[in-house]
Amino acid sequence: MPVLSRTASFATGARDTLPMIVGAAPFGLIFGALVATTPLALWHGQLMSLSVFAGSSQFIAAGLFATGVGYVVLWATTLIVNLRHMLYAANLLPHVKHLDWRWRAVLGFVLTDETFAVTSSYFHRHPDDPMGHWYFLGSGLSMYVNWQVWTLAGLLFGAAFPRLQTLGLDFAMVATFIAIIVPQMARMPWAIATVVAGTAAYLCRAMPYKLGLLAAVALGIAAGMLALHAKRRNGARPTSGPGSDTHRRTPDDRSGMRSQETSAGGAQ
Amino acid sequence: MNYVVAILGMAAVTFAVKAAIFVLGDRVRFPEWLREALSFVPVTVLTAIIVPMTLAPHGEGLELTWRNPQLVAALLATAVCAATRHQLLTIGAGLAVFFAWQLGVLA
Repeated sequence: MPVLSRTASFATGARDTLPMIVGAAPFGLIFGALVATTPLALWHGQLMSLSVFAGSSQFIAAGLFATGVGYVVLWATTLIVNLRHMLYAANLLPHVKHLDWRWRAVLGFVLTDETFAVTSSYFHRHPDDPMGHWYFLGSGLSMYVNWQVWTLAGLLFGAAFPRLQTLGLDFAMVATFIAIIVPQMARMPWAIATVVAGTAAYLCRAMPYKLGLLAAVALGIAAGMLALHAKRRNGARPTSGPGSDTHRRTPDDRSGMRSQETSAGGAQ
Repeated sequence: MNYVVAILGMAAVTFAVKAAIFVLGDRVRFPEWLREALSFVPVTVLTAIIVPMTLAPHGEGLELTWRNPQLVAALLATAVCAATRHQLLTIGAGLAVFFAWQLGVLA
C-alpha cells in the first residue's frame, strides 16, 4: 500500500471507525439521559464527556452520584474500571513511541475500546506505516466528537422527559452491562470471578461510601486468579510458554467480538 | 460534594491511566500476575455494580419476586445475551421487558 498523506490517513482512520461510531451513539444518548436522573446539573454531564471520555466509567459515575459517594471511592472506581486501557496502550506502544510526548499524550487521551480495536487491527496489517499516528488520531477524534454530540442529545432528551427517572431509566445501564459481561463468562475463571463479585457486592452493599464495590471487585479478581491457576496446575492448560495466552487474548477477544458486531458501546 | 472537582478528578485519573504507558514508554513493565488480574476487571466491576441494583432495587431487602421488574428484565437480558451474543439485541430486549413489566404487568 502506498503511503497516504496525513489527511488521507486521518480520514481513513475516521472512516474505519464508522461502525464503532454508530454502535456508540445509543450509549452516548443513554448516558446523557441518565444524567437527568442524578443530582448532577446537565452541564456536568457534558463536562464529564468532554474531560473524562471513557464511557463505562462515566456510566458508573452516574450510578455512584445517584446513590451518594465520596471522592475516594469515585476516583478509585474510575481507576479500576479504566485500567484495561493500560493493556491497550502497552499493545500499541511500539507504533507510537517514536512520536514526541505531546503526540503520545493526545493519542493516550483519545484511546478507547473502540479506537483500540480499529487501530490495533490497522497496525497489524500495516506495521510500518509512517502515517499510522494520523490514522489513530482520525479514529480517536471521530469517536470523541461523536461522543460529545450524543451526550448532548441525551442530556436534552432526558431533560425533556423528566418521567424517565420514575420509569427507571437506569435499567438501561444494567442491560448494557449484562451485554458486556455475559459473553466474557464463557470461560470458567471469568465466570467464577463474576459470580463471586456479584455475591460479594450484594452482601457488602451496606458498606459506607460504596466500599462494598471495591471489596467485591477485589474478591472477584482473587477468585478468578485462583481458578485460573488451579486450572493450570491441573494441566488443563500448559504452564510453559508464555503461560499468558489466556489473558493476553482477553482484550483482543473482546474487541474482536465488538468489531464483528459493530455494537460496541462507549459504555464499555 | 463538589461535582466539578469530582469530575475533573475522574478526568485526571483516566488520563493518567490511558496516557501513562504512551508517555513513559518502555520504562514501564507489566508483571505477569498484573496482566492476569487486569483481565478480570471488566466483569467484576460491572457485575458488582448491577447485582445490588437488580436484587435489591430499593436499597433494602432482597426482592426475589416476579414483582421486581429489574430482576425479571435482567434475567431475560442475560438469557438473550447467552443465546445470541448480540449486544444491541440484549439491551433492547432487556429495556422492552423492563418497561412492559412496569407499565403493563404491574400497573
